[in-house]
Amino acid sequence: MEHEVVTLGAQPTRRSMAPGGDAARRRMVESLTEHVLEWVIRLCGISAILFVFGIFFFVLREGVGLLFGDFSLWKFLSSTEWYPTSRSNVRYGVLSLIVGTLSVTTTAMLIAVPFGLGAAIFVSEFCDKRAKEGLKIVIELLAAIPSVVWGFIGISVMNPLIQTVFHVPVGLNVLNGALLLALMSVPIMVSIGEDALKAVPDSFREAAVALGATRWQVIYRVLVPAAKNGLLAAVLLGVGRAVGETMAVLMATGHAVNIPHSVFDPVRTLTATIAAELGEASVGSPHYQVLFLIGILLFSITFAVNLTADLIVKGVRRK
Amino acid sequence: MVAAPLEAPKISVKDLRLSYAGKQVLNGISFEVQKNEIFAVIGPAQSGKSSLLRCLNRTIEFVPKAKASGVIEIDGLNVDAIKNVYELRRRVGMVAPLPVGLPLSIYDNVAFAPRAAGFRDKSALDALVERCLTQAALWDEVKDRLHSLGTKLSGGQQQRLTIARALSHEPEILCLDEFSIAIDPVTTMRIEDVLKELKRDMTIILVTNLVQQARRLASRTMFLWNGDIVEVGKNDVVFSNKPQSQKTYDYVNGIFG
Repeated sequence: MEHEVVTLGAQPTRRSMAPGGDAARRRMVESLTEHVLEWVIRLCGISAILFVFGIFFFVLREGVGLLFGDFSLWKFLSSTEWYPTSRSNVRYGVLSLIVGTLSVTTTAMLIAVPFGLGAAIFVSEFCDKRAKEGLKIVIELLAAIPSVVWGFIGISVMNPLIQTVFHVPVGLNVLNGALLLALMSVPIMVSIGEDALKAVPDSFREAAVALGATRWQVIYRVLVPAAKNGLLAAVLLGVGRAVGETMAVLMATGHAVNIPHSVFDPVRTLTATIAAELGEASVGSPHYQVLFLIGILLFSITFAVNLTADLIVKGVRRK
Repeated sequence: MVAAPLEAPKISVKDLRLSYAGKQVLNGISFEVQKNEIFAVIGPAQSGKSSLLRCLNRTIEFVPKAKASGVIEIDGLNVDAIKNVYELRRRVGMVAPLPVGLPLSIYDNVAFAPRAAGFRDKSALDALVERCLTQAALWDEVKDRLHSLGTKLSGGQQQRLTIARALSHEPEILCLDEFSIAIDPVTTMRIEDVLKELKRDMTIILVTNLVQQARRLASRTMFLWNGDIVEVGKNDVVFSNKPQSQKTYDYVNGIFG
């Protein structure tokens, strides 16, 4: 090392004359790896964007052809008649599917948000260390259960339970699916919400306590406002999971095209429709294309949810 | 240790011992603070000054593995026996060394404690917020943006905000823990003037690293060293050429520490 420094300092001319020299070569290799690494990292960043656009483009390509025929987008969105395989009169109306997805998701969130955030607050603020570790393990276990298993639970446990508790003839309905979705999204909300609350500096808690605030006042006056963004992210990831979930709702909601009038009515969701019918539709047929249109619709719904949340967070920050 | 007081002391601490996870922080200290005086606590870092304040409003209970023994009385009442600890914490205002702006607006920061106590009247709150901010020498700088975030203020402004906040629940005792760490000298002087005024309404405990600040403001000063009281007494003794302990003389005059 020392030797090289001396050569560099004492004989710069020779170095330039002999590019194959030891130090010069090392430098070249170094700058080369630097460049390569930079590009690898850049590629990683760009690839995320490329994948999103790639998926969007693919789904759009498969479905968009339909829009240029005598297909009416308005009818597609506003009709409740979903008869994709009818021989005499094919009708593609997805309104009941949209309503099905929204009803299951909304009901699930009504259950999951209070429970998820409440559990996050409990784990972060009220638990002693040992109970906290135990609870977190159990909650993470809950998140690891595959959705087919949830569907199985929906059919074999929830179904009879709902029938006996609420005295309804069928237990495969909005409530069943929503309960499963709630159970599936609560673990995400708890672990992300708990992280958000943990990130609030202890000095905030101390300052609030020193001002005579009770435990509850500390939580809702200081911690929740301070962790607002993180808690919102927790809720949104839960919503995302609920909107996109397929297998469990396919099995537990009854899979009947229907506008529900109560939580005890069976419904069919957008995701379940794609999963159930795509295998049967012949590639390139109108039915196939309509299923891809439903995919675009799902894409738009999650995009709208994320965008709204982003705007809310930005609005919160600006204040 | 204290010359026979004329009236009952506001705060009386007897044999206060405190340890964090077995590490002794306060080794059984006893002293009294008179009503409406400014009582300064000086001493190097790790001497137990801030821990002492935490014992006063019982926020020490939140420190894991902290163990305290001894008796602290406020107006002759043992603080450990007080059932409503929130009431106690409202009676003892606390200003931390590094400003903690709660993630709320300036107005809500100051109105936090009154609201927590169940105070709702809007116009009375407005008046209270204005009075506290004025007392903390901050009103003129923030009166046009009361509803912007308190955390957006500069460090010195945030510190004055915490002082205003501590005043908002009209405490009987105001504890300041090195309040001037983040404030420029001019503002420090303004707040010191405010403290001299406030002395009429409340008892002030001033923990400070600035020996000269203790000398300027306090009537009596306590010198803590590694959890022991080296000396406690009237300022004209502690800061004289002949305090009770040579250590005090050396510390105060900057010979060591």
